[in-house]
Amino acid sequence: MTELDAGLVGEQIAESGQIAEPDGRGEIGRARRRKEDARLLTGHTRWTDNLQQPGMVHVMFLRSPMAHARITRVDVSAARELPGVLAAYSGQDFADEQGSLPCAWPVSEDIVIPDHPPMAVSEVRYVGEAVACVVASDRYRAADALEAIEVDYEPLPAVMDMHDALIPGSPKVHESGNKAFSATITSGDVEAAFRDAPVVIDRTYIQQRLIPSAMEPRAVLASTDGDSFTLWSSTQIPHVLRVMLAVTTGIPEHRLRVIAPDVGGGFGSKLQVTAEEVLCLLLTRRLGRPVKWSESRTEGNLTVHHGRDQIQHIRLAAEADGRIRGLRVELLADMGAYLMLVTPGVPMLGSSMFNAIYKMDAYEFACTGVFTTKMPTDAYRGAGRPEATYAIERVMDELAAELGIDPLEARRRNWIRHDEFPYTTISGLTYDSGNYEAATERAMALFGYDKLRAEQVDRRDRGDPVQLGIGVSTYTEMCGLAPSRMLGMANYGAGGWEHGSVRMLPTGKVEVVTGTSPHGQGHVTSWSQIAADALGVPFDDITVLHGDTAVAHKGMDTYGSRSLVIGGVAVLQACEKVKDKARKLAAHLLECSPDDLEFEAGAFKVRGTGASRTIQELAFAAFTAHDLPEGVEARLDADATYDPENYSFPHGTHLCAVEVDTETGMIRIRSYVAVDDVGKVVNPLIVEGQVHGGIAQGVAQALFEEAVYDADGNLLTATMADYLLPSAADLPAFTTDRTETPSTGNPLGVKGVGEAGTIASTPAVVNAVVDALRPRGVHDVQMPCTPERVWRAVQGARGGARS
Amino acid sequence: MIPARFDYLRAGSLEEACQALASDEDAKVLAGGQSLLPLLRLRLSYPTTLVDIGRLPELSGIEDRGDHVHIGAMTTHDEVMRSPVVGAACPLVAMATATVADPAVRHRGTFGGSLAHGDPAGDLPAVVLALDGVFVARSERGERDIPAAEFFVDYLETSLRPGEILAGVRIPKLGEGWGYHYEKFHRTAQAWAIVGVAAAVKRSNGAIQEARVGLTNMGSTPSRARAVEAALRGVEIGEQVRPACEAAAEGTSPPADLHAQPDYRRHLAKVLTYRAIGKAAGAP
Repeated sequence: MTELDAGLVGEQIAESGQIAEPDGRGEIGRARRRKEDARLLTGHTRWTDNLQQPGMVHVMFLRSPMAHARITRVDVSAARELPGVLAAYSGQDFADEQGSLPCAWPVSEDIVIPDHPPMAVSEVRYVGEAVACVVASDRYRAADALEAIEVDYEPLPAVMDMHDALIPGSPKVHESGNKAFSATITSGDVEAAFRDAPVVIDRTYIQQRLIPSAMEPRAVLASTDGDSFTLWSSTQIPHVLRVMLAVTTGIPEHRLRVIAPDVGGGFGSKLQVTAEEVLCLLLTRRLGRPVKWSESRTEGNLTVHHGRDQIQHIRLAAEADGRIRGLRVELLADMGAYLMLVTPGVPMLGSSMFNAIYKMDAYEFACTGVFTTKMPTDAYRGAGRPEATYAIERVMDELAAELGIDPLEARRRNWIRHDEFPYTTISGLTYDSGNYEAATERAMALFGYDKLRAEQVDRRDRGDPVQLGIGVSTYTEMCGLAPSRMLGMANYGAGGWEHGSVRMLPTGKVEVVTGTSPHGQGHVTSWSQIAADALGVPFDDITVLHGDTAVAHKGMDTYGSRSLVIGGVAVLQACEKVKDKARKLAAHLLECSPDDLEFEAGAFKVRGTGASRTIQELAFAAFTAHDLPEGVEARLDADATYDPENYSFPHGTHLCAVEVDTETGMIRIRSYVAVDDVGKVVNPLIVEGQVHGGIAQGVAQALFEEAVYDADGNLLTATMADYLLPSAADLPAFTTDRTETPSTGNPLGVKGVGEAGTIASTPAVVNAVVDALRPRGVHDVQMPCTPERVWRAVQGARGGARS
Repeated sequence: MIPARFDYLRAGSLEEACQALASDEDAKVLAGGQSLLPLLRLRLSYPTTLVDIGRLPELSGIEDRGDHVHIGAMTTHDEVMRSPVVGAACPLVAMATATVADPAVRHRGTFGGSLAHGDPAGDLPAVVLALDGVFVARSERGERDIPAAEFFVDYLETSLRPGEILAGVRIPKLGEGWGYHYEKFHRTAQAWAIVGVAAAVKRSNGAIQEARVGLTNMGSTPSRARAVEAALRGVEIGEQVRPACEAAAEGTSPPADLHAQPDYRRHLAKVLTYRAIGKAAGAP
């Protein structure tokens, strides 16, 4: 982004009148260009695949072409004989040491966590599961040698459909059956809410399976010096990974260092402990050589954990005036073949978000996790919350249609008013702050809501083959994963705190160390802004270290829009501790009481006199240590570990106008307005980027992306030619704005923004599509709303096939 | 990209390239590589030798030859779409070429390579078919002309014989009074056409004197919508155009894939043909 663009963003925000301009001195709130970008854009990067080690060899995996089969024979002997091949192994060769890939979230008492060997030993359960590997001097030789491996499979029935899978007597994915877990949540008297309800909306929605598509494919490099191990991985979670790998491989934690160098996107897909990470470690242990693995895009489509994939049965009971009485949600959630790191937790993350921003008296949630012979699902941008938001926001539009009222009016009659915060919802969460009225009003003004509605009526009256639809999404989400206490209550295997360290260097420069591990979010820039304001040092004097367990020794990493809300606060708290130490030192050197000092613009000043010491001077004084007060160590460093009391709850109103060509089914997004309230903003430019990317990803679910397996379990969308990702050419210019209702849960007042756009936009787009076609009798179009599906919906409605 | 092992020959002359292909039936021509490399990468193709014709200047370039335009096989899409000669004499070619994939592909991909690949989902085959282009094949035995109607044999199969290289294509100039349009229906900007319609219409006194309609991705080869062409002859530009276009899918057997089932493609062919004819005829 150019200086000019940055200026425009600033102007746009200023124009909204909702955001106070930064006071001219503070860094927080400034649209700083990212410190990271010059290096990244000029290719001075350290992607895992770029890394080299002396003696490095390459591993490639032979992957199952069968969705479900018994492995009766694996013969790697011919591969071993080929030139350049160092080793070839089957799963059997690692059976005794490879352990089982971990699932850290046993969400219920009845959960079944099947054994998940990194390399299949006796049975494969999805196409793409690794069955053998070749280690060779280069990837070309390894790829050729894979073709020399012979594997005999005895086919077993594929299990592809969740409903079928749950029928007693149907083929099983695992000995234990196809049910992974069941969980229910009930609040209020649901029976009473539905009994004699004047209005009941009953719908079933399909959350299609998605393939997370990070710009940088996964790569792993493992090496050992015979004593200790280092693993570089394109991961979001170096710290979690280190703990998990230590447990899985038996390599003692203190002899394992994990490094996430530059990481090019993840969207949750790199929140995982992968088979390839485990196997690269085991291979380097066995061979004594550094071993690297890099996936191809097709390999990634097959074996990066997938996202979404739920069947949502949602029922809403309302009064005749549209006020909601109660909500019932029954989910089937496709786990795929195994439970990976947080697979079963994903639908449960949505369990308390179906009620969204609405008040009601009763709520019931029931979820069944189902095993199928597909790639496991796991976290994908929003993880559970986009699914929940989609279902409730679609149903709110259905409610409005049933009552013949405007969809925004249906929401107004039910949402939590701004003067009702903090508000404890029917599902038990306490929303700290929000102002749905303000965001909606702003969005309607920017969108030209009334004018577009008038045009819609006109097109309907004229019978225009191109119909206009308007979609509404008034979303909230819970982010900042998460308070450790709440994670404990949810039976998650770890906490949700975050660690930050701040070190004043002798020359007055600052090192910030963060436990969150960025993969594109711009932590280096935002954390610099936070520390610059807290310490009164220049933005350019701060560096931020991260992503290496030997450098940032404590952390819980990056996912769930948690970095700023938790990691950023930890940095702020560490800065405050540094200032406390500096204050003692300053008082000693200035021969005054600490209470007589005021801190301003990076210096401690004695009230009423001109005497002062800058924080840089104090850093040097601490370094020389010539004259330190009693009990003060020779360092101006501090650590902080922050654990929030509550989640944070950003919200916003997204409005989407689509033109639907009823003759072809083609959809064109005519305009898109997003007004988000993510609390206080540290860097508007970065927030803007997150919102844009998030909307694009949510639109992609609505209109383009779908992982398709055939009845035999073959992935039909294994290439980018078949798995459609939209590019800039396929998306409109988004109009974005913000309202600002600070979070009351943390000292920065921030709420998190990483997932907001994705959560909000999918229902906005589909609501718009359905809105365009509703007069023709269409009540739903399954995602992605492809031209063919839209055309068939119109045809079906015309033929009376749809009710 | 990790293809299977192959030998590589950079041909220094067209003769050398033809010889190499004649001596090894599993050798393949490498032009811009935009179709071939993905096949190699996915190990769907195992050629013994790639014969690179990228350094043969005689295969590149666009020439106005009076009654036709000659487009060398190695001319890139980008060159074709920007050529004033193509723009003036056969604008339908320029229009369709501008819709091919994205700028990166259009700078590498070649006119001849795209045609010789014989992909019915490609944009150019239907266009050349509609314009009755003539394919010029070169081999050790010399040059051979192949009319467009005989060039596309089956899915990814052309009438080029072993040892033959597509050297260029002659696009006849249609003369005065013609209008053109290429109507491409695709889900994303870079995606292949679900269906495409190439239309050329000669107008005379408010009526359609002659129409040519080529269909993209409506079968295992590109095809001409002959029934539409016949039905449109003499039709006034107005309400009667639409019924004439109802015959667009006649005789086609469109494929079923992730993006469309055959009945939907047949429907699209009718709608898109109507739109393409309307735009080519300059109808409001």
